[in-house]
Amino acid sequence: MSVWHKILHQPRYRMMVFALIGVISMSVGRVVSDNSDLTSGGTFGVALRTAAPIALAGLAGLFAERSGTVNIGLEGMMVMGTIFAGWWGWQYGPWMAILGGIIGGMLAGLLMSVATTTFGVNHIVAGFAINILAPGVARFMANELFTGVPGGSVTSSPGNSSPMGRFTMPFTSGGDLFGWSSPNLLKGLEDRGWFILSDLAGAGRGLTTNISYDVLLTIVIFAGATYILWRTPFGLRLRAAGERPAAADSLGVSVVKMRYIGLAISGGLAGMGGAVLVLFANRYQEQQVAGRGFLGLATLIFGNWRPAGIAVGAGLFGYAQGITLRTNPDQVVRALLLAAAVALGLSAIWMLASRNFRAMGFVALIAIAMFWAYFVTERPNNQLVFVTPYVVTLVAVSVGAQRLRPPAEEGIPWFKGQL
Amino acid sequence: MLGRISRVLLAPGVAAVMAILIAAIALLISRNNPFTAFSAMWDNISNAESVVLIINRAVPYYVSGVAVAIGFKMNLFNIGANGQYLLAALIAAWAGAQVNLPAPLHVTFILMVAVIVGAAWASIAAILKVTRNVNEVISTIMLNFIATGIVAFLLTEQFRERESGSLVAQTPTLPPSARLPHLDWLVTWTGVDLGNARLLGFLPIAIAIGVAYHLLLNRSRFGFELRLSGLNPEAARAAGVNPKAMIAKTIILSGAIAGLIGMHSLLADPQFYKYGDQFPRMLGFTGISLALLGRNHPAGVAAAALVWAMIERATQPLSRIGIPQEIGVIMQGAFLLTAIIAYEVVKRRNDANAAARAAAMSQTVTSAGPPHTAQLPGGGS
Repeated sequence: MSVWHKILHQPRYRMMVFALIGVISMSVGRVVSDNSDLTSGGTFGVALRTAAPIALAGLAGLFAERSGTVNIGLEGMMVMGTIFAGWWGWQYGPWMAILGGIIGGMLAGLLMSVATTTFGVNHIVAGFAINILAPGVARFMANELFTGVPGGSVTSSPGNSSPMGRFTMPFTSGGDLFGWSSPNLLKGLEDRGWFILSDLAGAGRGLTTNISYDVLLTIVIFAGATYILWRTPFGLRLRAAGERPAAADSLGVSVVKMRYIGLAISGGLAGMGGAVLVLFANRYQEQQVAGRGFLGLATLIFGNWRPAGIAVGAGLFGYAQGITLRTNPDQVVRALLLAAAVALGLSAIWMLASRNFRAMGFVALIAIAMFWAYFVTERPNNQLVFVTPYVVTLVAVSVGAQRLRPPAEEGIPWFKGQL
Repeated sequence: MLGRISRVLLAPGVAAVMAILIAAIALLISRNNPFTAFSAMWDNISNAESVVLIINRAVPYYVSGVAVAIGFKMNLFNIGANGQYLLAALIAAWAGAQVNLPAPLHVTFILMVAVIVGAAWASIAAILKVTRNVNEVISTIMLNFIATGIVAFLLTEQFRERESGSLVAQTPTLPPSARLPHLDWLVTWTGVDLGNARLLGFLPIAIAIGVAYHLLLNRSRFGFELRLSGLNPEAARAAGVNPKAMIAKTIILSGAIAGLIGMHSLLADPQFYKYGDQFPRMLGFTGISLALLGRNHPAGVAAAALVWAMIERATQPLSRIGIPQEIGVIMQGAFLLTAIIAYEVVKRRNDANAAARAAAMSQTVTSAGPPHTAQLPGGGS
């Protein structure tokens, strides 16, 4: 097998090629549009922060759907997470906020499981009901807990009693080591403005500088959850409940128990996503979740029900949300438009090499449209930037629908003894 | 007949009792007296003025419920009614302000624009479902967010009226020829005093939509094919129903009606006559709850819409006497959740009864006939 053939057809090499295309196009976008904020450490830092709740929501969806329950209720479970996190964060501090978020979300997950697993209610319907119920409960609780308290109101908690600690890597990013501030090597490299090297340094610095502990915990949980789902007997049983419940049952796995556990973990993770939002804003705010549960669902589909895919999706969506929080977001967005156009152009060339002509034509067309948009727009409209993740998901789902493989029997109520 | 009514009302009745119980518990936890709260709620709805306000509130809910119910009848989850109606209301509000027509034509024109925009936006989900097999739940959730973004963009950049120098982004106010007159005379001729309330003029159109839905569903070939496809897609296909065409038609029809959800506020409510930042934004989601509660039945959805509006009307003034008005949302959510569970339990019990009856019948047949006919109906999946 020639090297060229290998690169063209093996998934692992294909991923590397796409990663390389991503890096090159971001670098080109930064240099050509002369906007160093596109790949600065600050931007990547914010992107990691905004990606964390989306990743947790996606992971939450993964646990539910791998165990066989379609979870449209992620949004409501995150809302329950925010209200509990806002309450406990205000009363007991940031770590209890995380615990509170997990408990709040878990309650919603278990409630949904009563409907879907025990009573066999349609999963979409039950999830929708959770989404209706949760904001009501949150508002009722906020009214009870926060109104009349200094700094609090029915739409906002008084604020967490203390901030979450932060961590900076020594040597690479200038973190403190036993009271001595170490050199900041990546910052030096980033400031040179070298092609590709400085962009990678920016990414590295962003991911290792001033990271709040809840985000670090998110990364650890993400890795741990992946291990549990694919490398432990429990994970195998959970996934079996979603793929072939009848077969799992015949081997002694309690499908009902697995689906309850799946939704409890799902609710807990979604609730923790809500807690991360609360820690970012330092308080509970009504409508804080703002569709991130659905965005998590989107990463789940975009990522083909796999943790790595969810991480990539959450990273992309988090980056898209993160740049809107930077100073001069419209200029960063414009630079990103160019980077995306370059990336799609390179992908089109790549598809030409692998003789995938129909896809190439489609991608090339979008690339040209984006180049055109880059040249005609002075400052892109913020509203349209916010919809980008949803458009990306819609395109990804419609292009890749045939390649996506959800758990085989997710969404089908199952009762013991049923084939 | 009485037996049938009690069977239909059993599940929602149980759910209503549960919802009231849950609300009472929530009130107790928050150190409020449930009896004071419920008697205050009753006072809030037991007068003519309140009844009219409840009807006004229920009208757009009903349109929304019917729009969603059409899809549900075929097991299509049109979560996207919200995006469809927001986009339709904005574009219809803007288009209506651009033309000058005599009254009936003007209203018709705006309604047509709304229907077309709603159908067009829904057709994206239909095309994706039919050609690319994209699940409509996912596509309509995404399309909701995209529609919200487009609406915000169009409102701030394109359709905003600038003459009045208003600081908030809103479309121009519609001229009187585009407004639906109120219907107070329907009530006042009986001598009932309405106070400050007005019976708003979209009610007849909402009723017409409900009647049309009933006729379409139960008296037309399309409705028969729709129900058949929902109950048994295989049988429908065998009977010559084209499943893809059915899916596309149903989603687009659902979107067309969804386009009308915002028309009550736009054409009949003196608070609006334009699309602005105060325009209701969540009616499409309410419709999903109502279609579920009303079991997609034209009258059931109407009853659900009235109950929904009644809960809201009853609980809104509660905060004046120190009781959290949020108890209303809890009641709605608890009602919905317990109702869908109760429906499921009743349905499974009926299915089990039917299966048992059929089994008993095949038993008697078996004792007379050859043994291999003894087979449970509905077995295997």
